[in-house]
Amino acid sequence: MMAGVEWESVIGLEIHAQLATRSKIFSGAATAYGAPPNAQASLIDLAYPGVLPVLNAEAVRMAVKFGLAINAHITRRSIFARKNYFYPDLPKGYQISQYELPIVSGGAVDIVLEDGSVKRIDVTRAHLEEDAGKSLHEGLAGLTGVDLNRAGTPLIEIVSEPAMRSAREAVAYLKKIHTLVRYLQICDGNMQEGSFRCDANVSVRPRGSEKLGTRAEIKNLNSFRFVEKAINYEIARQVDVLESGGQVLQETRLYDADRGETRSMRSKEAANDYRYFPDPDLLPVEIDELYIDSVSASLPELPDQKAQRLRQDYGLSAYDAGVLTSSAELADYFETVIERAADFPAVAISPKLAANMVIGELAGLLNRDGVDISDSRVAPAALARLLARVADDTISGKLAKDVLEAMWDEGKDPDSIIEQRGWRQITDESAIEAAIDAVMAANPSQLAQYRSGRDKLFGFFVGQAMKATQGKANPARLNELLKKKLSG
Amino acid sequence: MSDLHDMGVAELSAALQARRLSSVEVTQALLERVTRHQAHLNAFISISAEAALAEAARADVQLHAGAAGPLTGVPIAHKDIFCTRDQKTTCGSRMLANFISPYDATVVERLRAAGVVTLGKTNMDEFAMGSSNENSFFGPVRNPWDAARVPGGSSGGSAAAVAARLTPAATATDTGGSIRQPAALCGVTGLKPTYGRVSRFGMIAFASSLDQAGLITRSAEDAALLLAAMAGFDQRDSTSVELPVPDYSGALATPLKGLKIGVLKEFFDTGLDEQIEQHIRAALDLLRSQGAHIRDVSLPNLPLSVPTYYVVAPAECSSNLARFDGVRYGHRCENPRDLLDLYERSRGEGFGAEVKRRIMTGTYVLSAGYYDAFYLKAQRVRQLISNDFERAFREVDVLVGPTTPTTAFELGAKTADPVTMYLNDIYTIGANLAGLPAMSLPCGLSQGLPTAMQIIGPHFAEERLLNVAHRYQLETDWHRRVPPGYA
Repeated sequence: MMAGVEWESVIGLEIHAQLATRSKIFSGAATAYGAPPNAQASLIDLAYPGVLPVLNAEAVRMAVKFGLAINAHITRRSIFARKNYFYPDLPKGYQISQYELPIVSGGAVDIVLEDGSVKRIDVTRAHLEEDAGKSLHEGLAGLTGVDLNRAGTPLIEIVSEPAMRSAREAVAYLKKIHTLVRYLQICDGNMQEGSFRCDANVSVRPRGSEKLGTRAEIKNLNSFRFVEKAINYEIARQVDVLESGGQVLQETRLYDADRGETRSMRSKEAANDYRYFPDPDLLPVEIDELYIDSVSASLPELPDQKAQRLRQDYGLSAYDAGVLTSSAELADYFETVIERAADFPAVAISPKLAANMVIGELAGLLNRDGVDISDSRVAPAALARLLARVADDTISGKLAKDVLEAMWDEGKDPDSIIEQRGWRQITDESAIEAAIDAVMAANPSQLAQYRSGRDKLFGFFVGQAMKATQGKANPARLNELLKKKLSG
Repeated sequence: MSDLHDMGVAELSAALQARRLSSVEVTQALLERVTRHQAHLNAFISISAEAALAEAARADVQLHAGAAGPLTGVPIAHKDIFCTRDQKTTCGSRMLANFISPYDATVVERLRAAGVVTLGKTNMDEFAMGSSNENSFFGPVRNPWDAARVPGGSSGGSAAAVAARLTPAATATDTGGSIRQPAALCGVTGLKPTYGRVSRFGMIAFASSLDQAGLITRSAEDAALLLAAMAGFDQRDSTSVELPVPDYSGALATPLKGLKIGVLKEFFDTGLDEQIEQHIRAALDLLRSQGAHIRDVSLPNLPLSVPTYYVVAPAECSSNLARFDGVRYGHRCENPRDLLDLYERSRGEGFGAEVKRRIMTGTYVLSAGYYDAFYLKAQRVRQLISNDFERAFREVDVLVGPTTPTTAFELGAKTADPVTMYLNDIYTIGANLAGLPAMSLPCGLSQGLPTAMQIIGPHFAEERLLNVAHRYQLETDWHRRVPPGYA
């Protein structure tokens, strides 16, 4: 019916980030993950008769930090409200959240698109609220267990404008916020444990249309990969529905990672009326300029600022700087490598090479073994030493990758690996010349072809000569000598 | 020395300090009296004889060692809305009929720390919702002045127990008049402090923005002693106020010369019992004779109190009582089929009719499409009423009027029509909406039933209210009258 229409997808995200406070948002119970069920639920978390909430000041501070980091407006007098609904993992029968006056409103973050251009994503609001507990169904023989350890854990819910136009953009935005909350040390960002998760609002409309299509909300996406897959699935599903003459329903859907599809959870028509009203147990949160100044002064260097500085100070590309600053720890590692390069004053270590090694080979090894950069088996000082060996021509840049892998696997310093394996580069011209002579003698027909104009065979001779030196010949030297000898 | 059970807190305190009486002796005598009158008054939900005697014995040790405060060894009772550690705390409801609290409310904790002995927990309207004590799951309380009549509510058990000389004092709570109205109907002294003066932590919530803990005593002097121990900031209650607690007892005797009293015009306009009006006019004459200046004051928005209250209070209650879902504690229905059945039957069986009525009203006024017309409008009117009071207190020190439109009514007289019942709180609700301190004092007897006047003050003026009440009680003996058969 509407076939032939070009569709545009519109995506907004609601991100839930658990704040890294030691205690809960309204009680003194601990927030650590993984305790036995209900071991971290106080009388307040259990909603015993007569108990009252008391706001954790640290949660407010963290929310303000986030607001300042995205250049948002900090509400001078924000209000906690009750969101009323019944569910076993919601002990009070209401969730304390913020409704009309959230602590953070406005603000934006920049994401880099695939073509290298920068897109600004506006944030509508970020509000403080408490997390619910968990219902457990497994191993309880038809019964439902309730674990309230997570109940009352502080969250900020970060709501974006419907500003994204593809799953890729949504993931880039999600990653940006993820990086930011970890820089600010307000959230551990652990998606597996649910400390950082999001709901995606997805709709499609004919390209060029101003009017938003009917949206579906996909709940509780807890990995970057799932976000991308779920959104792409949902876009395709909605387009299918529309192109076959149907209508998209406004509803909540769940992403089934095993099947790679979204499924209807409940339709909005049947949804709760949450009966929000200001929580009379809590006073308005009053924030003054002095407080904002003090939080502002405590902000660390933010990812965009850091990337800008890395580009300026080390001449890195926007791409390299972006990757390095995607986590504060990775950037710190890189900068420590550069610092330790000063241990080798005789040679000039290339920051570009250092960056490539960190985001290329080292990142590959971290990834392969599932290790965090902060637990890297190759310390920054050792990597600096390796880079010095490239700079002083002891080894080639190509071999450096093998040395790094050996350092990672064997925990040894680069010098002993280079010596043991005899990987020291051959720069001695006579040795290289001897290898070239042998190769030329062994391949007379190729030599004849080359000399009669088949320039492409040059690569063949480089390969053969390298092989003859077990890859240790200095590539620049080899090229130079080979060229001279081949031309006779 | 008067009869032991007729002694108030101050009198008992003096006798205990002077070692003329032991706490065990007093406690035993009162427990015996509480038990004897339980069957026909039904003032208590639980009596904790064993624990009380143990507390009394400890108090006697302290008294003997000279390490006692003014309240050490004085027996009191707690309204069953306050959580008491390891003891039943029912809130007058089937929902919590078997609930043992794992902790003490701040009020209970502070009074314990001051050395009081707890005789037991007093009866009340379920979840403090009611004006007659007929809404208790544990049956109605009788008015000691006339067993066919109600004691008022919701703190009916506390008021009846103090009036019948079962306890010298009892804690109570006031959301729309639940301390002052039963105090008035039972001929005892009731004090509702300023919102935020006393911690609400551990006091089972009805309407959080209105609930306030207070006292029912025989006299203002006794209330001053107990309030000093209960009041003050509590970091577990964000709405409690960080202000020092004044020396209430020290200020009791201040002369009233120059005191400016406003007479609440609106309270005398509508359906007030003539006898009550006469008694209040007489009381005002007495205060005038002590040097007070009296003038009429008008609070034009005050007549809107009842409808405003019956939007705000149910709204908050509908949310506050959501936690009683049969999942973690309290009543749970037998063999629930599924989650919805568990909720519906546990709550359906656990709550009484009045509680359900208010939960439904509250749910309605907060619903999408009705919120602005009801809840939001009620909040605006609430502000107007507060402003009226604020304006009045720029001109006068305290306001005086009746506590109730009539004396105690008969059991069953108003149960058929909730709105008639609600109108019983017409004079008391204003102070809750504005968060003001207020007292009710006995000021006469009409056909053998107590009449009462109410004194309302600006925020944190408890000192002043207690002072005015005490000066009045020095000159009158209405607060010393004992219901026939309880002397």
